Amino acid sequence: MRSAAAAPHIVWAVLFIVVPLIIVVYYSFTDRSGAFTLDNIKGLGDYTQIFLLSVELALIATIVCFLVGYPLAYIIARQKPKMQKFYIMLLMLPMWTNLLIRTYSLMAIFDDGGFLNTLLGTQFHIIGTKGAVIFGMVYDFLPYMVLPIYTCISKIDPFMWEAASDLGCSPLSVIVKVIFPLSLSGIISGITMVFVPSISTFYISQKLGGGTFELIGDTIERQFASNALNTGAAISFAMMILILISIWIMNKFSDPEEGGIIV
Amino acid sequence: MKKFSAAYLIIIFGILYIPIVTMMLFSFNSSSSTANFTGFSFYWYRELFVNSRDVTFNALKNTLILALSSAALATVIGTAAAEGVNRMRSKLAKRLISGVTNIPMMNPDIVTGMSMMLLFVAVTSFIGIKYDDIGFIAMLIAHTTFCIPYVFLSVMPKVKNFSSYLSDAALDLGCTPIQAFFRVELPNIMPGVITGFIMAFTLSLDDFVISYFVGGTTFQTLPLLIYSMTKKKVTPDMYALSTLIIVVIFLLLVITNIRNDKEERKLLRANKNNKGRLIGK
Repeated sequence: MRSAAAAPHIVWAVLFIVVPLIIVVYYSFTDRSGAFTLDNIKGLGDYTQIFLLSVELALIATIVCFLVGYPLAYIIARQKPKMQKFYIMLLMLPMWTNLLIRTYSLMAIFDDGGFLNTLLGTQFHIIGTKGAVIFGMVYDFLPYMVLPIYTCISKIDPFMWEAASDLGCSPLSVIVKVIFPLSLSGIISGITMVFVPSISTFYISQKLGGGTFELIGDTIERQFASNALNTGAAISFAMMILILISIWIMNKFSDPEEGGIIV
Repeated sequence: MKKFSAAYLIIIFGILYIPIVTMMLFSFNSSSSTANFTGFSFYWYRELFVNSRDVTFNALKNTLILALSSAALATVIGTAAAEGVNRMRSKLAKRLISGVTNIPMMNPDIVTGMSMMLLFVAVTSFIGIKYDDIGFIAMLIAHTTFCIPYVFLSVMPKVKNFSSYLSDAALDLGCTPIQAFFRVELPNIMPGVITGFIMAFTLSLDDFVISYFVGGTTFQTLPLLIYSMTKKKVTPDMYALSTLIIVVIFLLLVITNIRNDKEERKLLRANKNNKGRLIGK
């Protein structure tokens, strides 16, 4: 009987989660007048290039985040508890600064007549390159990679380290054979939490891409701005399917009970 | 190894903070350049608070009202949901509800925003009112929806750990079920509820993508204002606003951390005293 407490939430979830998604599907398969059509779905072929580019950039950004973030999470987790708290706060502070502001300050630094070029007296052209967009993604989403991995590593029993080295592991093989497998669930959620916002971003590519190339998020935003809701819905629908499949594949690798949740 | 760790921390945190520090520096620039520092002044702060005061404060007010109300609503619905789902017998129902709840967390914001906008477009055109008439309501619904999963997830473990015998005892001692919840269970799951509320509040405060899609033209929040400002040429009044936001968040973080530390120390001391007493006996 007391399970009735969930009722408001169930109603809310149906009205504002399930129904909107059904509407997205409905818009994807209809035209402006509301008649059934497959044109939007067929039209998705035109965006293959953009899809591939978005996947490429998001993948590179996720890999860089992992390569940079794992050692960082590991080092923080091995500090004294007080220092751990301090570093985590330091890591979260930029995250609580709005994403727009962070990206925007990067742009001011990397701009052609920006701070970096003025400081060095150089003429580097950075804005508008793939590198700038990837850097922006890594810069903006790195904490999402570090936090779940850190949570996972810091929960590992310190005796594991001792046991492994007593049993003849070198410090490096302790990390490879013991710590890494135990932090896998953190890695999985870190990868998901960086990949999803990276592939769907439009602000980062607008500002740091300098308008030279378009990602899938930009395309959706443009369709929305020009009121082409049906095409926009079809692209959103395709992206959602793509992401749900990748999350589903990722979850095959992790223990569902242990899913490292955001701090 | 120690030296390497220290160097690594310095490099990564250096890169993380250089853009923010540069931005703070240039918010005090006397000219509108964001590349050459020509002299120290509060010009851009004055610009922000005197010349465009109404716009700034209006956006700030809207953001706070929205964050508080959506976080409160999400906390109530999410806590009740965790409570209810935990008591469900059917595993399938539990799984199904948790799965649907997680959708806004898994889905990219842009899809969530788009889907909610389409819903509101459909509803408003069906009833025959203008989209802008429901500006605040639409935002409130959207923000509450993406906040609920975070509340649900932070309350759920506390509800699971709470022993139902305590509620049973309260019922036996004459509490009504509602009294038992508010007097016995709620104080026990409070840490999870508070964490959920704070998370919901900060997420709502920070959200740009979903607000961008759902928001009409009438209800402007701070992130939306920032977006419209950064569409034009870069001027340091943006920097001034951002600097202020960062300083406020930093102070809040420091204060909560110091408070937590104090409480922890109190707890530790209390534990020590109790142990002393036990041993003394």
